[in-house]
Amino acid sequence: MHNSGISIWFFIGVLLTIYGAMILGYGVFELAVGRTANVILANLHAPVWWGALLLALGLFYGVRFRPGRDS
Amino acid sequence: MLGLVSPALAASLRSAPAAVFAFSAPSLAHLTALDISVIAIYFVMVIWIGFYLKSKANTSEEFFMAGREMTAWIAGLSFVSANLGSLELMGWAGSAYQYGILAAHWYWIGAIPAMLFLGMVMMPFYYVCRTHSVPGYLKLRFGQGSSTVAAVSFAFMTVLMSGVNMFSMAKVMQIVLGWDLTFSIVVSSLAVAAYVALGGLRSAIFNEVLQFVLIWGGALLVPILGLIEAGGWNGLKARIAHNIATQLIPAGDYTHMWRSMGHFSDNPMGIHWTGIVFGLGFAISFGYWTTDFLVVQRVLAANSLRSARMAPVIGSFFKMAVPFIVILPGLLGLVVLQNADGSHMLLHGENFVAAHAGEGLHSYNDVLPLMMVRYLTPGLLGLGITALIAGFMSGMAGNVSAFSAVWTYDIYKPHMVKNASDQHYVAVGRWATILGVVVSIAAAYSVRRAPGIMDYVQALFSFFISPLLGAVLMGMFWKRATKAGGFWGLLIGTVTSISLFAWVKIDPSALHYVAFSPDAKDMAENMYRALWSVSVCVIVIFVVSMFGKARPIAELNGLVYGATKLPAEEPVPYYKNEYFWLVIALVCFLALNIYFW
Repeated sequence: MHNSGISIWFFIGVLLTIYGAMILGYGVFELAVGRTANVILANLHAPVWWGALLLALGLFYGVRFRPGRDS
Repeated sequence: MLGLVSPALAASLRSAPAAVFAFSAPSLAHLTALDISVIAIYFVMVIWIGFYLKSKANTSEEFFMAGREMTAWIAGLSFVSANLGSLELMGWAGSAYQYGILAAHWYWIGAIPAMLFLGMVMMPFYYVCRTHSVPGYLKLRFGQGSSTVAAVSFAFMTVLMSGVNMFSMAKVMQIVLGWDLTFSIVVSSLAVAAYVALGGLRSAIFNEVLQFVLIWGGALLVPILGLIEAGGWNGLKARIAHNIATQLIPAGDYTHMWRSMGHFSDNPMGIHWTGIVFGLGFAISFGYWTTDFLVVQRVLAANSLRSARMAPVIGSFFKMAVPFIVILPGLLGLVVLQNADGSHMLLHGENFVAAHAGEGLHSYNDVLPLMMVRYLTPGLLGLGITALIAGFMSGMAGNVSAFSAVWTYDIYKPHMVKNASDQHYVAVGRWATILGVVVSIAAAYSVRRAPGIMDYVQALFSFFISPLLGAVLMGMFWKRATKAGGFWGLLIGTVTSISLFAWVKIDPSALHYVAFSPDAKDMAENMYRALWSVSVCVIVIFVVSMFGKARPIAELNGLVYGATKLPAEEPVPYYKNEYFWLVIALVCFLALNIYFW
């Protein structure tokens, strides 16, 4: 969307930020209590790095395409 | 997703009754509060988007064409996403488990050439004539008769496919999560009806882009972790070979795409490379990607001719990458899935599983949910399930928004109420969306009662798509094609396809003639029948047109190659030039096919 209004990328940024925070939060919780879920390769702590990735992407898109900013 | 349903999922829907009443079957996945929160937040987001966009969907141009303001990236991503439903995700993962990497043909040769052709060659005509739909183009080129035939068949089929989508999703949610069928159908259709009726095409496109991102975010981790566990691509190939040698899985060439295409009997799909290249690569894929209004509508919404050409090119890169999240999990399932006791888990066809109900067996279509449950922790699993739900909903939304546009512009306006105000047609569009969802629900319950309908839905779709391809190609590239030629070509091409289908259904040995070999199997029938109907349509258009009078060239401006003055495009740096990216896409496409030869 090139005129005024909220860009789809902002909505995507918001959603990825929320999901990234939730998943990263769970991953950190696992590390804190020292117990992982009953899944294969749990020792790789995927929620931590995948959650962090989603959070980073979400923040990037959310800030870059925030309403009112000229894109 | 439309029309190119994997064989594994088609079989699963045929055996629906057994699974529908399997109350005692435990669900594959167990959701925690975190997972449910992830799913709930997704629904809140899509409804929020619908309400936000309602204020931007007040004219028919805004409601049906998204104001023709979409950038190349948004048009391109929604173009691929509209096609990437969860029938794809689950069904093709299941087909990859069953047939190996052959299934990737439907993503590479079965899509990329057609997408690139649409963008670079056909878009100028669709875009310059400012049509709102493919039947709209046919009306300008061949008159109301051809347009109405195409519009009615498209409207009917797209709502039917929406219902099939809805039922498939409900069944998946029942198997994977234990959700009641009616609950899934009601919740998903209310959500889709709400955001499409409110925000029109713009809302459907926004949600498709969102869903595309979620699908990657939710499903990409599975092949990444799977490859780590299997030891990379080479490790995967070695383990497949080991499992074949120890008879844990059926023998077959799971990791080569073209080597076994020399003869029908060399590969488990029972196809030949000519069927793949000309039937799938041309007749079926061009028929779908260049004329199916669901996908073309997204490109028509682009903000300039350059964006309209770039959109399918951008989409092609993502389409080429989809096998990574669809085919690869299916292949990985061949080596990593285990039963509770640690022994190798073998998946089976739906009929086998239904016949051995209660023994804890799983079907091919369960491969993706099983892989998700294997690797994904709470939160990530919710995201994976949301990706599946999002995929189904984007499919339904795409269907009802396309139905609404075709109903309003190509059926209601020319035949029912001809000169009403713009506001009237926007209102009709909103109500048509609701109507589309209601009819889809009826179709979903029909499929539940009579799962054999699935075969016929697929065939119905194929009856119209290939002749339509013939009509559009002749219309765009041959000035001499007349109105009568277009009409009769469409009609006779369709009758040819129906007749061949009926002939093979009544006498299965007829497949030997249709596909030119006694070793051809069902998959081949689709491909060769498509080739026949395109050919017949083109020949009929040619012959009938030669007996008629061509339209004056002046009338064909914007519609036909050679009679159209294309707008000049400003020069741009090479990295913004669509021809540059076309070449890169072609190189990637060829490299993939060579690497996985």
